[in-house]
Amino acid sequence: MSAADAYDPSGPARDFHAAALRRDQWRERMGLAGLAAPALLLVTVTLLVPVGWLFGLSFLDDSGAFSLEHYRRMLSEPSYARTFITTFEISLATTLICILLGYPLAYFLSQLPRRAANLCMIAVLLPFWTSLLVRTYAWLVLLQRSGLINTWGIKLGLWSEPLQLVHNAGGTLIGMVHIMLPFMVLPLYGTMRAIDGNLLRAAASLGSTPVHGFWTVFFPLSLPGLAAGASLVFVLCLGFYVTPAMLGGGKVTMVSNRIANDIELFFNWGAASALGVVLLVITLMVLVLAARLSRGAGPFGAGQGS
Amino acid sequence: MSWLDRPASDTQISHRSRLWLYGLGALVLAFLSVPTLIVIPMSFSQSQYLEFPPREWSLRWYEAYFASPSWMAATATSFKAGFCTALLATPLGTLAAYGLHVSRLRFTGIAILALLTPTIVPVILVGIALFYAYVQLRMVNSFLGIVLAHTMLAVPIVMLIVGSALKSFDLDQERVARSLGATRAQAFLQVTAPQIGFAIVTSAVLSFLTSFDEVVIALFVSGGDNATLTRMMFLALRDQIDPTIAAISTIMIVMTSLLLGISQFVGKRDR
Repeated sequence: MSAADAYDPSGPARDFHAAALRRDQWRERMGLAGLAAPALLLVTVTLLVPVGWLFGLSFLDDSGAFSLEHYRRMLSEPSYARTFITTFEISLATTLICILLGYPLAYFLSQLPRRAANLCMIAVLLPFWTSLLVRTYAWLVLLQRSGLINTWGIKLGLWSEPLQLVHNAGGTLIGMVHIMLPFMVLPLYGTMRAIDGNLLRAAASLGSTPVHGFWTVFFPLSLPGLAAGASLVFVLCLGFYVTPAMLGGGKVTMVSNRIANDIELFFNWGAASALGVVLLVITLMVLVLAARLSRGAGPFGAGQGS
Repeated sequence: MSWLDRPASDTQISHRSRLWLYGLGALVLAFLSVPTLIVIPMSFSQSQYLEFPPREWSLRWYEAYFASPSWMAATATSFKAGFCTALLATPLGTLAAYGLHVSRLRFTGIAILALLTPTIVPVILVGIALFYAYVQLRMVNSFLGIVLAHTMLAVPIVMLIVGSALKSFDLDQERVARSLGATRAQAFLQVTAPQIGFAIVTSAVLSFLTSFDEVVIALFVSGGDNATLTRMMFLALRDQIDPTIAAISTIMIVMTSLLLGISQFVGKRDR
C-alpha cells in the first residue's frame, strides 16, 4: 500500500475529477491554438474569401446567371488549348533543364568539404534571395540585340549577325531556368548530404565499382530530393507571370499572362476567373501527385527541413 | 602520384575522371551568380546602351534615380510596405507557429494547411482575386491593401521558419519556468523567445524582402501615390530597357546581401 492510493478518490468522484481535468486541458489547448486565429483570419479575409469569390464568378455569365460558358469556351477555342500547351511545354522544359544542371551541381556540392560547400552555397543562395525582377532584368540586358552575349559572340567570331536571343521562347526558358535552379538544388543538396557514406563503403566492400555504387546506392537514395525539387519547380513554373511577360516579348503566353490580359485589356472577369480556377486545380493535382510519389517528403519537406 | 590520380574519396574514382563534374559544377555556379552580378559594373556605365566593361564610368543613372520624384516616392512606398509587412507578419506567424506547435489538437493540421495556402495558390490568382475584392471595398491603390496582401504572403514563411526552430526546441524548459511561477507569456518571452530569436529575426528579414520584391500583386492592387518600386520597374521595362533600372538593381542587390549578411552575423554571434 503506497501513500498515493490512500488519497485516491473512488468511483464517481474520480471520474468527475478526470472529466474536469480533461475539460481544463482541452480549454487550455484551445486557447493556445487560438493564438493562430489572427493569422488564420488574415489568410481567410485576403486569400480564401477573394479566391472563393472568383470561383463563384467563373460560373456566371454576363447577365449574372449560372452558366458554364467560360469553361465551355476554354474547351472549344483552340487558342486556350495553345496557352495550356505552351504553359506545360515551358514548365516541363524548365524542369528538365533544372534537373540536368541541378543534379550534377548538388552532387558536386555534396562531395565538397562542409566549409567549401557552404562557400559555394552563397552562389546558389544569392540569386535565390535577389529580386526576381532584378534577375529577369539582368537577362534582358545580357540577351538583347546590342547586349553583352551578342556583342561578345560577334567579337569572338562565333556568329556574324546579332541573334534574336530574347523576346521569344528561348529567352523565357533561360530566364526561368536561372530563377528556378536554386529551388531544385536546395532540396537535392539536403537529401544528398543526409545519405550515409557508409552505405557506399559497404557497396564498395561487396565489390561494386564507384560508378556502379553511385547508380545502385546513391542515386536511388537521392530520388526523394529529386522528386521534391522537380515538383516544386514544375508547380512554380505553371504559375509564372513576370519572366514570360518580360522575356517573352508577347510571343510566349502562359496561363498567368492570359489571365492578366483578360483583366487588363478585356475586363473579362468570368474568363480570367475560370482560367484561374483551372490553373489552381492543375497545381493542386500536381502537388498531390508529387506528395504521393515522394512518400510524404512533400514539396516542402525536403527543402526547408534539411 | 599527383593529386589528379588520387581517388576523390574512399569509395570514389580519381579526381581526374571527375574533372568534368568539377567543370560543370563551376559553370552552373557561374550561370547562377554572374548574370546578376554583372549588372553592378554595367550600372556605372556612361552610355545609354549598358556596356560591359563600361567604356566610360559615370554615376549618371544613379543621379537619374535619386533626382526623380516618382522613383523616390515608389522607393519610399516599398520600404514602408516592407517594414509594415515585417512588423505584422513576424508576430502573426510566430504566434501561429507557437500556438499550433504546443496545442497539438486534431485540427491543427488543417490550420497549418490553411496558413500555407498563400505559398500554393498561383500568385496571379491571388493578384486578381485581391484586385476584385479591393474594388468592392474601395481599397485599390491603398497602402493598407498592399500591406495586408504582403503580410498574408509572408505569414507562411515566418510560420515555417519559426515552426522548424520550435521543433528542435525543448519545451520542457518552458514547463520548468512555469513550475517556478512564470505565466505562459512570461515563460515564452523570457525562455523560449531568446532561444529561437535567430529564427524570428531571419523571418522578419525575409518578410521584409518578400514584400519589397513582390511584383504581381503590387501590379494589380497598388498604384497612384502608393505604387511600389517593383510595379514601377516592371512597367518601365515593358516599353524599353531603362538603364536607371540597372542602378536600382545594384542598390537592391547590395541591400539584400547586407540584410541577409547581417542577420547571419547576428545568428552566429548568438550561438
